[in-house]
Amino acid sequence: MMTQLTSAQAVILAINSFAFGGLLFLLSAGFSLIFGLMRIPNLMHGSFFMLGAYFGVSLLDWGVNFWVAALLSGLAMAVIGGIIERFLLRRLEGQVLPQVLLTLGFAFIIADICLMVWTGDPWQPTAPPSLRGAVQAFGLFFPLYRLAILAVAVAVAIALWIMVDWTRLGAMIRAGVDDPPIARVVGIKVSQLFTLIFCLGAALAAFAGVMGAPFLSVYPGLDFEMLPLALIVVILGGTGSLLGALVGSFLLGFLYNFGQAMFPDLAYVILFLPMLLVLVLRPQGLFGRVVA
Amino acid sequence: MNGRLRYATIGAALVLLATLPWWVGNSYYINIASQILLFAVFALALNVLVGYAGLVSLGHAGLFAIAGYTAALLLQAGYGHFAADTAAIVVTLAASAIFAVLALRSTGIGFLMITLALGQIVWGIAYRWASLTGGDNGVNVTTRPSPFGISLANAPSFYFASLVVFLLAFATMAVFVRSPFGASLRGTRDQARRMNALGYNVWLIRFVAIVFSGFWTGISGLLFIYYNQFVSPQVSALTASAEVLLMVISGGTATLLGPIAGAIIVVVMKNVVSAYVERWNLVLGLIFIVIITFMPDGLVPGTVRLCRWSWHVIRWNGKPAPAMEKHSPGAPP
Repeated sequence: MMTQLTSAQAVILAINSFAFGGLLFLLSAGFSLIFGLMRIPNLMHGSFFMLGAYFGVSLLDWGVNFWVAALLSGLAMAVIGGIIERFLLRRLEGQVLPQVLLTLGFAFIIADICLMVWTGDPWQPTAPPSLRGAVQAFGLFFPLYRLAILAVAVAVAIALWIMVDWTRLGAMIRAGVDDPPIARVVGIKVSQLFTLIFCLGAALAAFAGVMGAPFLSVYPGLDFEMLPLALIVVILGGTGSLLGALVGSFLLGFLYNFGQAMFPDLAYVILFLPMLLVLVLRPQGLFGRVVA
Repeated sequence: MNGRLRYATIGAALVLLATLPWWVGNSYYINIASQILLFAVFALALNVLVGYAGLVSLGHAGLFAIAGYTAALLLQAGYGHFAADTAAIVVTLAASAIFAVLALRSTGIGFLMITLALGQIVWGIAYRWASLTGGDNGVNVTTRPSPFGISLANAPSFYFASLVVFLLAFATMAVFVRSPFGASLRGTRDQARRMNALGYNVWLIRFVAIVFSGFWTGISGLLFIYYNQFVSPQVSALTASAEVLLMVISGGTATLLGPIAGAIIVVVMKNVVSAYVERWNLVLGLIFIVIITFMPDGLVPGTVRLCRWSWHVIRWNGKPAPAMEKHSPGAPP
């Protein structure tokens, strides 16, 4: 059942892999922060992605500029995520099972509302006009939009890295994660910080949803297809590690695209293999810290 | 007295269950009763992990589907019921052992996330590996088995078969939970470190619990495919895992009756809701949120608390007892 690839096909697949990896990074960076830093098993992260994508679809339908739509969708999701975190999740701090049920409950509700509002048909908006073509180099055509996704993902990765590692806010986040009581004692408002991280994660997921819409299309079930991918990225890269999320995302992007081209029946299952290997050989993840 | 009352209740429940087809009559309702019984077995199995081991699995629908698919595919290939079912249980036990080894690399959130991912692998195989599993079309199971020459083709006979399996499962669970092993399992849930220090092999205890839970999950999976005479990727979806988790939680974890009450609530509600609206998932999600917000310890303990609370209200002449006031279930927290 294995299909042989020509080198031109392989190059195109590689580009798709980078683009898909970029999307996965946007999705899982937030998931990794929420799961790794706040210890919240946010099972509605895939729903943020899907709902964000649907928001983007509607905004684009009304003639809004693509990037404005992506930002607005991210903003809307930040507000929704913030409300859920602040008023419902916050009261369940430290209780894993209730948090799981609450986020799962919201995931089901969001999925059903999306089905009601946007129907069961897939939506595939077009890419922004300036990015529709392809650039030619080395005798090959590179689709511009996929390169743009990659560029955005890299920019976000750098911005997140600077934020967490080099700013006062980042230092406060790291302090709040390492030792919340002491962080509170020295005057850091840990609870507000966590809400901020949650909003940021939700916004990134929605932004990724809009970015991915012209590439993956938006359809019911996308939420629970993306959630395990974010999960694998985090298990692969190590919880709370942005570098791990980046490496894990691209690894998964390659596996997904090449797997689908070479073993179409098993593409989805192949995605989980590196996760199983990492679990057995290095449970803390490739870039994870061992927590005492 | 209390003991006698208890035996009387158990006896009455058994008589009611054993005569159900006669006083229910309609085969539609008998079928719903069979559904409740088979899902009660599933919920009891998951409760071993969620309630007694403190390990929340979101991949149990995967084990359920593995049993169902193995049997259905072997039956389709022409094997007999006995061979197919035995093979299905063996495969499910092996899969549970693999699930256990991988998921026990972690506990708490990590365990949950790994089981979720493992469940999705099963879903991926069932849905995408169409040449093996028939993909979205699923697999048909043309006949039901006839144990000891008794045909299970009609609704009452299948109900009795489910009842026998259910009672066996319930009895095994009751023994399991009360056994020294059950006590050590609860120990690993509450004080894993101390259990370790006392010389218990925490990993092994959890491993055995997962395989035990997998066994009954597999049995309920077999009942399910014989009940529906059909298996599709739907049974391995995350929604299915969530539904059975809802049964465990809504009834109250770490009780024997809780998962059964949960199975009744969820199955009845699903049938009723599906008859009127298409939005079962929306209702499911809302129930989750309402339960978490108002009855975090489940419906059975929640109702018990409610009764105690109302008893206090009556005793105090309409004034709620001060200490109980903040537990008022209806009040916004």
